[in-house]
Amino acid sequence: MRENDHAHDSAHERSAPGDLELRVRALETVLAEKGFVDPRALDALVDAYQTKIGPRNGARVVARAWCDPHFRGWLQRDATAAIASLGFSGRQGEHMVAVENSEVVHNLVVCTLCSCYPWPVLGLPPTWYKSAPYRARAVKDPRGVLCDFGLELPASTRIRIWDSTAEVRYLVVPRRPAGTENMSEIELAALVTRDSMIGTGSPRAPT
Amino acid sequence: MSYRSNADLGGEDERRAIIQEPEGELFHAPWEARAMALTLALGATGLWNLDMSRAARETLVNYRDLSYYEIWLAALERLLSESGILKEHAAAPPRALRADRVAATLARGSPATRAPANPARFAVGHAVRTRAGQPAHHTRLPGYARGKIGTVTRVHGAHVFPDANARGLGECPQWLYTIEFDERELWGEGLPAQRSTISVDAWESYLEPA
Repeated sequence: MRENDHAHDSAHERSAPGDLELRVRALETVLAEKGFVDPRALDALVDAYQTKIGPRNGARVVARAWCDPHFRGWLQRDATAAIASLGFSGRQGEHMVAVENSEVVHNLVVCTLCSCYPWPVLGLPPTWYKSAPYRARAVKDPRGVLCDFGLELPASTRIRIWDSTAEVRYLVVPRRPAGTENMSEIELAALVTRDSMIGTGSPRAPT
Repeated sequence: MSYRSNADLGGEDERRAIIQEPEGELFHAPWEARAMALTLALGATGLWNLDMSRAARETLVNYRDLSYYEIWLAALERLLSESGILKEHAAAPPRALRADRVAATLARGSPATRAPANPARFAVGHAVRTRAGQPAHHTRLPGYARGKIGTVTRVHGAHVFPDANARGLGECPQWLYTIEFDERELWGEGLPAQRSTISVDAWESYLEPA
């Protein structure tokens, strides 16, 4: 599609959902006919992100870091290798950095230029992460953004914002909730939310 | 020739609220899943690189009117059109991603690190000033972080340089650094203090000693 086609498009209303279905189906059909895509590979890609690659992976990384001081140190030194040791690696997580929250520091991850996100540990990004309001505001008004998520930090907390402008991907290691001393790693992983690993939320409290 | 990214949103005046979304809510229509998969499957063919994809997306003139998967779809149509591969007598495909290779392909990814050609110019703790202005091509230094003074906090090794790779000029790897800025350096003294620092990852040619 040429530039001026887009200019033409934007002068009219946005595509209706049915049109989008048709556009994608037409593209898939012609690409499959020409041998550029294998429709079964498309099924496998969708399935991978619907059933295997998602925030439960990251939750396991965080729970392990909470339980195992050696793993926590490894995660700080070489997050890519430490995370790969749990079986999570690859596309959009080739170069990982883990940033740890503490009593005095809170970390927040954004991609102001597009939608860079650590796929092997968090899966596909939520719509809000890719949206203009989050990308515009996270760097300039982090406390306002956190307020939208119901997270109010003490005024003394330092906020470190990580704008994912290269191929480095950031995973927030939230603080371990109080009252979880006797919980197993699996029980702890269930407390770790997706948003707490982006920095827009906290882990659940134990029930 | 001027270049304009419609995707460089950091620090823009934006009043709209953030709409939360439950975990596991991945797609809002079947076409979104297919558009995602088509983008990944075609990316794996090597017809274009990731930086070319980003450049194709950010220069869509109606970028800001589109949902994210609409952006991906429009950029895909554009890349396909520009590559000419849908023409009747186009050459056979280079290497289509097969279903039985999907898991391994995703697990391998495409590391961006390369052997450095030179020693690193900066080290952790160095003060640097970022380049000012918009170059006439794709770049990964956000507008809000241009012409600003920050500190090197991490050295990542040499990474593929998107400014060159997006234009088909080769990978031209450069040292990549994390640069941390104080909020006042970026936004001035006028705003209420948030006690924040902002870090970006920046390639060596974006930086000068401060």
